[in-house]
Amino acid sequence: MEILVCVKRVPDTAENEIAVKADGTDIVRDDVVYSVNEWDNYAVEEAIQIRDNVGGTVTVVSVGDAESEEIIRREMAMGADTGVLLSDSAFEGSDGLGVATILKSFVDKGKYDLILTGALADDGAGQVGGMLAALLDLPYASVVNKIEVKGDKLLVGREIEGGNQEMNEISLPCVLSIQTGINEPRYVGIRGIRKVASLEIPCDGKDACGLDAGIIGAAGAKVKRLTYFVPELGEGAEMIEGSTEEQVEKVIEILKAKGGIK
Amino acid sequence: MAAQIFAYIAHKSGKLDDSALELTTAAKKIDADASITAVVFGDAATADAAAAKAANTYKAVWKVADSALAYPNAELIRPMLAKLLPEGAILLLPTDSFGMDLGPGLAVKRNAAYIADAIDFEGAKDGKLVAHRQEYAGQVYAKVEANLSGGAVITCRPGAFAADEAGGAGGAVEDKSADAGPVPAAKRKFIEVVEAEVGDVDITKSDVLVSIGRGIESQDNLEIAFDLAKAIGADVSCSRPIVDAKWLEKSRQVGTSGQTVKPKVYMALGISGAFQHLGGIKGNPFMLAINKNPKAPIFQVADVGVVGDILEIMPELTEKVTEMKG
Repeated sequence: MEILVCVKRVPDTAENEIAVKADGTDIVRDDVVYSVNEWDNYAVEEAIQIRDNVGGTVTVVSVGDAESEEIIRREMAMGADTGVLLSDSAFEGSDGLGVATILKSFVDKGKYDLILTGALADDGAGQVGGMLAALLDLPYASVVNKIEVKGDKLLVGREIEGGNQEMNEISLPCVLSIQTGINEPRYVGIRGIRKVASLEIPCDGKDACGLDAGIIGAAGAKVKRLTYFVPELGEGAEMIEGSTEEQVEKVIEILKAKGGIK
Repeated sequence: MAAQIFAYIAHKSGKLDDSALELTTAAKKIDADASITAVVFGDAATADAAAAKAANTYKAVWKVADSALAYPNAELIRPMLAKLLPEGAILLLPTDSFGMDLGPGLAVKRNAAYIADAIDFEGAKDGKLVAHRQEYAGQVYAKVEANLSGGAVITCRPGAFAADEAGGAGGAVEDKSADAGPVPAAKRKFIEVVEAEVGDVDITKSDVLVSIGRGIESQDNLEIAFDLAKAIGADVSCSRPIVDAKWLEKSRQVGTSGQTVKPKVYMALGISGAFQHLGGIKGNPFMLAINKNPKAPIFQVADVGVVGDILEIMPELTEKVTEMKG
């Protein structure tokens, strides 16, 4: 099976406190730790497992700046066979449709049976997979947490509300967006990273992708981010200050009063 | 010209989802003068039942019924909606497993703008709509502007817009099955829903929950949480990353994709407070949050908060409580 996985380099929200710049144009990016989007990492692991079971190749592609090379390399250290970066200043400011259009241009040049994306990324939109499927006229399933290969079809489980799982049969080729927890992504050690450190990652720009500026980039975006902002929030929690010991005593006192200690 | 807004009515066998009453509030925020139409898909019986209920809130209800639509398969409904909706229409969907499945592709097929997971609107003006949403797991807010020239598909966060409980709209139900049909042949077939497994502890019945998140850092540290739970007479629940890591069973996960709990006291320990997690906490419990990140969204919803490391604070709590109990 020829599998393509779309990955994105993002600020790691588990490792960073994200703050808004004073002028609202961006988040504060100094000292921010970046990593591969968590959902995408599960998607790459799933692709590798499928390839190891039924044969084929795993290609990783990312739309991003030059620094996205590092996450492509990382996913290749995990076991992806090839990696490609799609990067051009003309891509900057693309909305979800713009990114999906750039990815489509890459998909059109190959022949893939299965295309995976993460179900969500840093912007919380969860849109690129579904848009790519629509652009390619392929069947789609989102928030997938189980894949079983059944000949030219897949049995896929979708995570739906209440901890339930919706089982579907989907024909190949198709696009799936992958939910976290579908597998246990393998650990990538420093030795694995070293092995791929000198690999050349091919980079395609706007012309290589055969794209004009109609849909991609800021000018083509139907949806634009105007500003980041800090909302006027309510007072929020009453914060308990003091030394750890004082905090602990106060917490116990409160828990007792509220019936939290039996 | 006033916008033409359509609200997709999610329902389970005719019983309306909470979002059905919230989307009308969202629509009015987009444009107070908009014509708002509810759209209901289902098989004959469930579409009738859901449409009748939606007519209490919406003056106009479009019904699309077919035996193939007994279960809401987005791959079937998307092409039908693409055909049915008038040009330039705005469609509202809930941000849930169905809305996420249907929405992005529908926006492409209709050449419409797509806004994901809106939590507020500033109102449509001059063919543009400004929406508020969150990024970076709820840590940051953003205003986005959508160009409405081709209409829009918008998913709205459950709970972000007040439910319109007024009722009495006396809406007219119109059968649009012929306009939307026929049901296309889908390359994705729904098979069944596999219900969540019941675990050894039923957290939906717990009065007090010690709920842990990423802040627990490693599987070995779980013991610290269980010790605390034992000392205070609570059960241990968790947020999604703990289940993803396979450290605890799925039946202990609180959230929209896990269990809905209704404790009296909820201790959110090392949990950032993503809306999917908060969506699983009902009944307005007293909430205590401990988190290293003073900006964690959980502090906005908790009653009492401590900025600190749960791995330091939990053992001290356990020790003090045990001492106290003698």
